[in-house]
Amino acid sequence: MKYEKRYDGREFEELRPMEAKVGVVKNAIGSAMFKIGKTVAIAAVYGPNDLFPKFLQYPDKARLRCHYNMMAFSGAGDRVRPGTSRRSKEISMVTEKALLPALDLQDFPKAVIDVHIELIQTDAGTRCAGICAASLALADAGLEMKDLVAAISGGLVGQTPVVDLDKQEEDFPNGAVDIPIAVLPRTGELTLLQLDGEITKEQLKITLEFAKKGCDKIYEVQRAALRAKYEEAKK
Amino acid sequence: MSKLLFEKKQVVVPGDIIAEGMDYLPGKGAFREGDKVISSRLGLMGVKGSIINIIPLSGKYQPNRGDTVIGYVRDMSYSSWFVNVGCAYDASLSMRDATSDFIERGASLSNYFAVGDIIMTSITNVTNEGNMDLTMKGPGLRKMIGGKVVEITPAKVPRAIGKQGSMISMIKEKTGCTLFAGQNGRVWIKGPTPEAERLATDAIMLIEEKSHVQGLTEKVKLFLEARSKEIKK
Repeated sequence: MKYEKRYDGREFEELRPMEAKVGVVKNAIGSAMFKIGKTVAIAAVYGPNDLFPKFLQYPDKARLRCHYNMMAFSGAGDRVRPGTSRRSKEISMVTEKALLPALDLQDFPKAVIDVHIELIQTDAGTRCAGICAASLALADAGLEMKDLVAAISGGLVGQTPVVDLDKQEEDFPNGAVDIPIAVLPRTGELTLLQLDGEITKEQLKITLEFAKKGCDKIYEVQRAALRAKYEEAKK
Repeated sequence: MSKLLFEKKQVVVPGDIIAEGMDYLPGKGAFREGDKVISSRLGLMGVKGSIINIIPLSGKYQPNRGDTVIGYVRDMSYSSWFVNVGCAYDASLSMRDATSDFIERGASLSNYFAVGDIIMTSITNVTNEGNMDLTMKGPGLRKMIGGKVVEITPAKVPRAIGKQGSMISMIKEKTGCTLFAGQNGRVWIKGPTPEAERLATDAIMLIEEKSHVQGLTEKVKLFLEARSKEIKK
C-alpha cells in the first residue's frame, strides 16, 4: 500500500499549524507553550538554584535537569499511566542533550536549572514539541543561549518521505519511520537525531532536508512568540 | 562597512544577528561569530559607542558589588549568617560586617538576626564561583520590621524607582506607605493601613506588568488616584 495523500490533506513537506506563547506559567522564571497540530507542550524553567545532594554539583558550570511527562488524560482516549516511565526517562535525557549545546551554563557553577515539560495533549511529535517549548522557556528565563532550538520529526509513511508525522501516520499499516531531529537553526547544527525503523540513505537525506526546512519555519514562530510577549506589554 | 541590524531599545532574542562588521564589539549578552555580532539573550538592544550590550528583560537576579538588596536570613553558623538574596547562591554575612557591637564568645547570634528575618543589606564582594559577602554597615541598612515584601523582575527595578526616585516617591506620597526597593527585585512595603499596603502593592505590580511603556509614571499616578477615590467611597 502506497501513501499518496496525507490523512489530514497536508502536503508532504507541510507542518501542522503551530502556535507558541511565552510566559504562560507566572510562577516560573521562564515558561512557554508550544502547540503543533493537536500536540500541546508546556515548559517551565526554575533556576538557577542551589543543587543538592552536593555530589551532583558541577564545580565549573550549572547542571541542566529536564523532566518530560505526558499527562494521564493527554492521549487519544486511552489513559496514559501517570508518572515516570522508561520512555519518559529516555526522552528527558535526549531533551537535555538537545538543549545543552545551545546553553552557556558557565555563569552558574554548582547550580541547577530545572526544566519541566508537560504534554497536556498528544498526537505524536511530543519530544519535538517539548524541546521547542523548553528552548522558549529557557530564553524567557533570561539565560545565555547561542541560539534557540527548533525540533521536528521527519520520516517515512509507507515509503513516502514526509515531515511532522501525526499519530495516525505513525500507525500506518505498512509501517512508518520516525526521525525526530533538533536543530540550532542559525548554524544548522543537529543536536538530536533519533531513528526508529528502516530507511535507505537516499530517503534519509530527503527526510532530513524536509525536517530542516520545517525547523526553519518553527524558528520563525518561536522568535515571533518571544518578541510578542514584550511587544504586547508595550501597548 | 559595519551596520546595526536592530534599532536601539528593540527586543532581541537569542540567536539574532544584531550587527555586521568588525566595528561593533559584543558586550554583555552578545558574542561574536565571524564578522557578525549575535545576541545571546532575550533583552533590549543597547548601544554605547561601539559596544553592544543586551539589557535583560527577564531572569533571576545577577548580583553586583555595591548593590543594595533585600534578603531573607536562611541559616547561621558560629560566626556568620547565610542570606537568600534571590540569586542562585546564598550570600554570607559575617559577624564583623553585621554589627559593631562586641559579641561575647558563645553568644547567640539570633539576638541580632534570626532565621526568617528580612534585612536590607549591601553586597561587598562577588566572586566568579558565586560566593557573596554582605555588610550591614551603611546608611539605611537594617533589619526590616513588619511590612511585606513584593517580588518583581530585577530588570524592572529601575522603572519602579524612576528617575531620581520619582516613581517610588510618588507612590510613597499617594499611599502614605514606606517603600524600599532592593536591586534584587524585592520591594519592602509598610503602610499605616492594610488597604494602603495593598494599594502600593498593586501599583508595584502595575509597574512590573507595564514596565516598558512610555509615560509610566503618569499611568501609575492616574491608577493610584482612581483607586484612592474608590477606597474613600
